[in-house]
Parts: sequence; structure tokens; C-alpha cells
Amino acid sequence: MSEPLLTIADLHAFYGESHALHGMSLDIREGEVVTLLGRNGAGKTTTIKSIMGVMGRRTGSIRYRDQELIRLPSNAIARLGIAWCPEERGIFASLDVRENLMLPPPIKAGGMPVEEIFALFPNLRERLRSQGTKLSGGEQQMLAIARILRTGATLLLLDEPTEGLAPVIIQQIGRVIRTLKERGFTILLVEQNFRFAATVADRHYVVEHGRVIDMIENSELAQKTDRLQEYLGV
Amino acid sequence: MFELLGIPPQALFGQLLIGLINGAFYAMLSLGLAVIFGLLNIINFTHGAQYMMGAFVAYLSLTHLGLAYWWALLLAPIAVGLFGILLERTMLHRLYKLDHLYGLLLTFGLALIVEGFFRNQYGSSGLPYSIPAELRGGYNLGFMFLPTYRAWVVVASVIVCFGTWFVIERTKLGAYLRAATENPTLVQAFGVNVPRMVTLTYGFGVALAAFAGVMAAPIYQVSPLMGANLIIVVFAVVVIGGMGSILGAIVTGFGLGVIEGLTKVFYPEASNTVIFVIMAIVLTIKPAGLFGRAT
Ligand SMILES: Nc1ncnc2c1ncn2[C@@H]1O[C@H](COP(=O)(O)OP(=O)(O)O)[C@@H](O)[C@H]1O
Ligand SMILES: [Mg+2]
Repeated sequence: MSEPLLTIADLHAFYGESHALHGMSLDIREGEVVTLLGRNGAGKTTTIKSIMGVMGRRTGSIRYRDQELIRLPSNAIARLGIAWCPEERGIFASLDVRENLMLPPPIKAGGMPVEEIFALFPNLRERLRSQGTKLSGGEQQMLAIARILRTGATLLLLDEPTEGLAPVIIQQIGRVIRTLKERGFTILLVEQNFRFAATVADRHYVVEHGRVIDMIENSELAQKTDRLQEYLGV
Repeated sequence: MFELLGIPPQALFGQLLIGLINGAFYAMLSLGLAVIFGLLNIINFTHGAQYMMGAFVAYLSLTHLGLAYWWALLLAPIAVGLFGILLERTMLHRLYKLDHLYGLLLTFGLALIVEGFFRNQYGSSGLPYSIPAELRGGYNLGFMFLPTYRAWVVVASVIVCFGTWFVIERTKLGAYLRAATENPTLVQAFGVNVPRMVTLTYGFGVALAAFAGVMAAPIYQVSPLMGANLIIVVFAVVVIGGMGSILGAIVTGFGLGVIEGLTKVFYPEASNTVIFVIMAIVLTIKPAGLFGRAT
């Protein structure tokens, strides 16, 4: 089995005095799609933000290839090839769609050409002159994913990309994630909906109270559905 | 010659020109304040002192180094901009997460220190700075006499303001700036060195004030309090235009200069207060300012 691309070990993270991650540990191998499943408030977003370097205080270890990330500022982390699609999408209102799409600076050769991005997200091409936040929720989500594909980043952190979207759009995002996996991207995906997660992922980490309480291979998901439903409280 | 409402045209156009000149300074200064407020979330009360420093760099580089106006126009923004960068790196950057009040108090204190220092060194009476030879004289337009230097101030400030607007609203660099004004954390997580961008933006806003100071030196005298007198009006301009709005700062700056000039013609008693009256009205009707986005 190949070396992990990203390894998190005994990660603790804090919002001021409040302790949000309690010894999170997980790893992701190159080319995998791995999900973080868990109830609201379990610590999924905090894990993503810790990797990206936008959490205030955190301790423990986050290794990416041969680099320890825990002390790096977020711009340095991005430059290593990690890109973030935040839960609240982060589309800029003062930028039009084209500017939003072209905003993240290229960090490495081999980013996805804009034409290919439009092939994945045909709606965006028609809306290039619109103000970013005038797009529908689904289009904003697509824009938020599209803009991080251009830069040459190879590890994508997608925080609940399907949240609040219509089923057809969720299916489209599912297709996109599978295409990205074929293109060689490694993806850490936060999801609430494990039925959707099962259609795209290789493995699932179950998060509760700021730590991983179980890891389920996608192939075992069918047998372990009851256990998972109990974890997620659905 | 014709008369308008009993006002001789020379007086009318004369005041209109003075209004445009004042407006040019309002626009350049409130533009710098708007850029700084947008990205740093700091109300830069040191702006007037930095404008004054620009004028002093022009005066001192002429008297001590023999460097003429055109050199000052280049050197003063660089020197005062670097001073701004020093302030940002050592002090201001600690305040971004705090209430506006802290930044306002710090920059106000800094302004008092800087102005006090200059008053101590150079006294409070104005020092003369003459118009560069190339820009002396003027044009007789028939209905009025247009001094060349004043025409230059209006044209140069329009170019500087439009250039700044263009960079912010129409270029990639400006897109970073606008995006970082909205969500600096995310822009940094895309790999942009936002802290450095913030520092340079402050330096640029301060440099703009110093540039205005050099432009002002031949018109108003060079004196330690020249900025303190101006900055109160400029803050009113910023409030009327809308905090942080680039276009608002430019349009409101020129517009209020002209309104102030016209008030001097038609109702001189109100010319010192008209801007503040407008500010009060705008704040009542549209608290975010004429060009501000309500948030
Ligand atoms: N900005 C914040 N300030 C304080 N506590 C927070 C903040 N964001 C999240 N938390 C707390 O941290 C814990 C983990 O939150 P989060 O990572 O957002 O959960 P998830 O993404 O799994 O829903 C929760 O208890 C939440 O209340
Ligand atoms: Mg979350």
C-alpha cells in the first residue's frame, strides 16, 4: 500500500477557549476520495480548516508529503498544492463570475484548463459577466469548486458541496467528483449524506466529538449501514 | 459681459475653479482613506499628517537638497509611503481584529505626534513653496483667467484618481484587493500573501496623501497644521461618499469641492458648513453613504 499523501495525528484545535478537535487522526493516500461523515458540530469543518491553516490555535501533526503543516501560514499551505472549497462557498460579491473563477493564483503547472472546467460546469460559461453572488446556490457551489481546479493543486478539500442543493445538482456534483478522481485529484470530502458519499468515495471516516471513531471502506458500507445510521443519528 | 443671478462671471468661474481644486484634494485624500479602510478596517486619522509630510518632503528636499518639484512629486510618496509601511508593520497590524475605535485612537495619536514634531521644528507659520517654472503663468479663457498650475492640479488628480479606480476595479491585482476586502482568510488560503498586500495597500494610501501634499505645497503654504485643517472635511467627504467606496470617494470629493465653491458665491455665510450640512442630511437618509453598500 502506498505512502499516505496526508497524515493527521493527534490533532487538537481550539476556537478561543473552546476545544473543538480532541485528537483527530486520519490519513489519505494519493488519488483517493475520502469522506468525513458525522453529525453537525462533530468537527469536520474544523478538521478541514486545520489542514488549510486557517484555524487559530492547533496542536498535533498534519503532514503533507514530507512537510509538517501545523506551523505554516495558509498561503504557504496552498502553495504546496492544497485547495479549499469552504462550507459557506466564499463567492465574492464584488467580483464577477470570471474574476471569481480566475482569482486563485496558479501554484503549479498542470492545472485544469479553463475549457475543461467549462465542460464540467457548462452553466458557468454563460454567466461569466454576472456578479458572483447573483448566481443560484448550485451555480455558486460549482463556481467554488471550479476555481480551485485551475491552480494545479492536487489535494482538494471540499466542505459539504451538496448542502442545501437540489437532487439534480447533487448528481452533477457527484459526476464531477468522480471525474476529478479519474483525473488524479485526491479529495477529502465532508458530507452529511452517506448515500451520496457512497457513490463517490473509497473510504469514510466517521467523526464524533472532534475525533475519528470509525473508518469504513466503501465496499463494506452496505453491511455496516445500520452502524453508520446509528453514528449519524439518522 | 453676461451676469448670472447678479453674480459677475469672473467671480462665479473663479470660485468654481477654487472648488474644483479643493475637490481634487478632497478626492485624492478620501480615495486613500477609502482604500485603507476597505482592506485594513482602519480609519486612518494620520492621513492629514501624512499629507502634510508630503508637502514638507517637497519643501525640505528643495531647500536642503536642491531637488525641484518634479523630484518631490516622485520622492515624497515613496518616502512617506515607507514611513506608512513602518507604522503598519510595527503598530497598525496589531489592531485589525479589534474595534475601529482602537485604530482611530492610535492613528489620531500618531497624527498629533507627527504634527507636534513638525511644529516644534518648523513653527506653525506657513513656509513658502513656489510654483515650478514650467507651470507658471496661465491662460486667458475670455470669461476668466486660468492659472496653469491650477489646471495641472485638476488634470493630474483626475488622472491619479481614475488610475487608482482602474487598477482596483478592472485589473487582477484589484480583484485580489476587492476579494481580500471581503474575505481575507479565504484569499490567503488561495495562496496569496495577504499580510504583505495589506502592508503595501497602506503604503499606497499614504503615498497618495503625500502626493496630494506635494501638489498642495505651491497652492497653500507648507505648514504643520495644513493636514489637520483639511482632514476633518475629508472625513465628512468619506462619510457622504460611503466608507470604503472607491468611486464614492472620487465623485463625492470633486462634487463637494464644487458645491462648496458655489456656496461661496451664492451664500458665502454657509460655505464653511455646507459640507457638514450635507453630511447630516445624507446620514439621515442613507446612513451607508451615497455610494456605500448597506451591510
Ligand atoms: N467559529 C467558532 N467559534 C466557536 N466554536 C465553533 C466555531 N465553529 C465551530 N465551533 C464549534 O466547534 C465544534 C466543531 O464544529 P465544526 O467543525 O464546524 O463541525 P461540523 O463541520 O462537523 O458540523 C462545534 O462544537 C462547534 O460548535
Ligand atoms: Mg461543517
